[in-house]
Amino acid sequence: MKRFLGFVRKEFYHIFRDKRSLFILFGMPVAQILLFGFAITNEINNVDIAVLNQSKDVNTQEITQKIDASKYFTIKRFLTSEKEIEEAFKKGDIKAVINFEKDFSEHLIKEGQGSIQILTDATDPNTASAITNYISSIIQSYQQQQNQGVQMDYQIHPEVRMVYNPELKSVFMFVPGVMTIILMLVSAMMTSISITREKELGTMEILLVSPLSSFQVIVGKVVPYIFLSMINAAIIIFLGITVFKMPIAGNLILLGLESVLFIITSLALGILISTMVKTQQTAMMISLMGLMLPVILLSGFIFPISSMPAPLQVISNIVPAKWFITIAKGIMLKGVGLGYLWKETLILIGMTVFFIALSIKKYKIRLE
Amino acid sequence: MKEENVIISKGLTKRFGGFTAVDAITFEVKKGEIFGFLGANGAGKTTAMKMLIGISNPTGGEAMVAGFDVHTQQDAIKKNIGYMSQKFALYDDLTVAENITFYGGIYGLSRKQIREKRTKLIETLGLGEIAHQLVGSLPLGWKQKLAFSVAMLHDPQIVFLDEPTGGVDPITRRQFWEMIYKAADEDTTIFVTTHYMDEAEYCHRVSIMVAGKIEALDTPKKLKEQFEVSSMNDVFLRLARNIE
Repeated sequence: MKRFLGFVRKEFYHIFRDKRSLFILFGMPVAQILLFGFAITNEINNVDIAVLNQSKDVNTQEITQKIDASKYFTIKRFLTSEKEIEEAFKKGDIKAVINFEKDFSEHLIKEGQGSIQILTDATDPNTASAITNYISSIIQSYQQQQNQGVQMDYQIHPEVRMVYNPELKSVFMFVPGVMTIILMLVSAMMTSISITREKELGTMEILLVSPLSSFQVIVGKVVPYIFLSMINAAIIIFLGITVFKMPIAGNLILLGLESVLFIITSLALGILISTMVKTQQTAMMISLMGLMLPVILLSGFIFPISSMPAPLQVISNIVPAKWFITIAKGIMLKGVGLGYLWKETLILIGMTVFFIALSIKKYKIRLE
Repeated sequence: MKEENVIISKGLTKRFGGFTAVDAITFEVKKGEIFGFLGANGAGKTTAMKMLIGISNPTGGEAMVAGFDVHTQQDAIKKNIGYMSQKFALYDDLTVAENITFYGGIYGLSRKQIREKRTKLIETLGLGEIAHQLVGSLPLGWKQKLAFSVAMLHDPQIVFLDEPTGGVDPITRRQFWEMIYKAADEDTTIFVTTHYMDEAEYCHRVSIMVAGKIEALDTPKKLKEQFEVSSMNDVFLRLARNIE
């Protein structure tokens, strides 16, 4: 045991004396969470729009006011003819135009329907669709107000309510995602690099000749990263709560335990990588290309898995991060417990056992 | 007087698939002897050595190292031998003192033993002023001496040196051999591989491996007589050429 502790102490020396790895360890999580939280956002806030009101009656006035009053939109200017619409988009300072047809109120009263054209700048499709959704729902709520107390035949009003993240705050989605990336990166990449470094230096050979068992060597290399990753997870959750006012709906202890599980999964993956490659550079390339990209693209962090083509959906199942993101979102946003997440948890445990078994096998082949 | 053998190899063999890297080598090494283990690159030296130090399983034959069986008692072997590789594997980002402490620790020395050894070592090597400098900043010759001393830290019966003088200037090499002689005088057995034939002359006995087999084994003097040449270099060339 004392041998083992001496070994762990040496690992900490390595980490704390290497400015680069220190930066990756503690600079990255903070930088990423702030970047994702503040810069990259799908939210609609004070979007500038223009209005072309060709009928100028009570209803159109009221709708216009209602839109302007919402915090999502600011009416930047009023257009006078359809010709000006294209001009307005070309200028680039507005994202959408609302075009009321002529005699809107008259049509509404006489024929029971009036048309509003919503034009959006779809060069940015995500924002465009978000804008149309928001405007449509404002118009619908206006329609509902107007119809109150009036008997209508079969009018269906879909009432949309965003559950778990009612304000559609994208930062709430990013916190679990960034946490997953960081844990994966720190655990898998840093361990695979630190193990291959010993191989490169030739010290691994010395360690193998020493009375330390290879099991002790590997565990000794991994233990410091478990600690550091846990600190990282704590930093990310702390930033989420304090800076972004993110509510943690579920049990923090469960979240911590699941994080430890995912950290171990990633470490096992890192060990597996290090048994397959010889140099630090290859270890880094494989970790970045082989782990980071799937984590970002296939885990459901940025792109929803349900809208991927079927083959990719199948592939996404083998990405450990996908399961952890599901768990993290479940606990943080929905507040569910192990009762709902046992399947994901079991899958992660299974993957961990598989990676460790494979590493041991690879390692034995090497010894032969 | 019967001399004690600390390494006994009988037909030790290693095969990788159809390729025989080490082909039934048989030899003994006596206690306190400096045994040179020579051979061209790819002759099987490293593979043979890996079996003797317990990190590679033999496919056939038997060997006892420091009184333990290479098949079944690899852990016991590891505790009783020291090993230094051609890379002088020390941690560059640890100080001299920290490296000593670390290696003492993994060989299970007590804190008190480590402290005594460290003080003594730093004193004998004259490392007092740089004991708290990072090893990465030391010249190669210092690293080599330190690596050797670290391999000797737990007073092993046998020290295995894998090309211990690569890339070091002649004066430093000379000094290094003085350290080896000193260790051998204190009854530590030295098992050394090298490419430098002048170094082979320093060994008590020398074996030369060619294509997995030991083709010659004797004192440098007798080998030279046997092949009727004036230097170990010629012995080596003669052997290698005969095989071709």
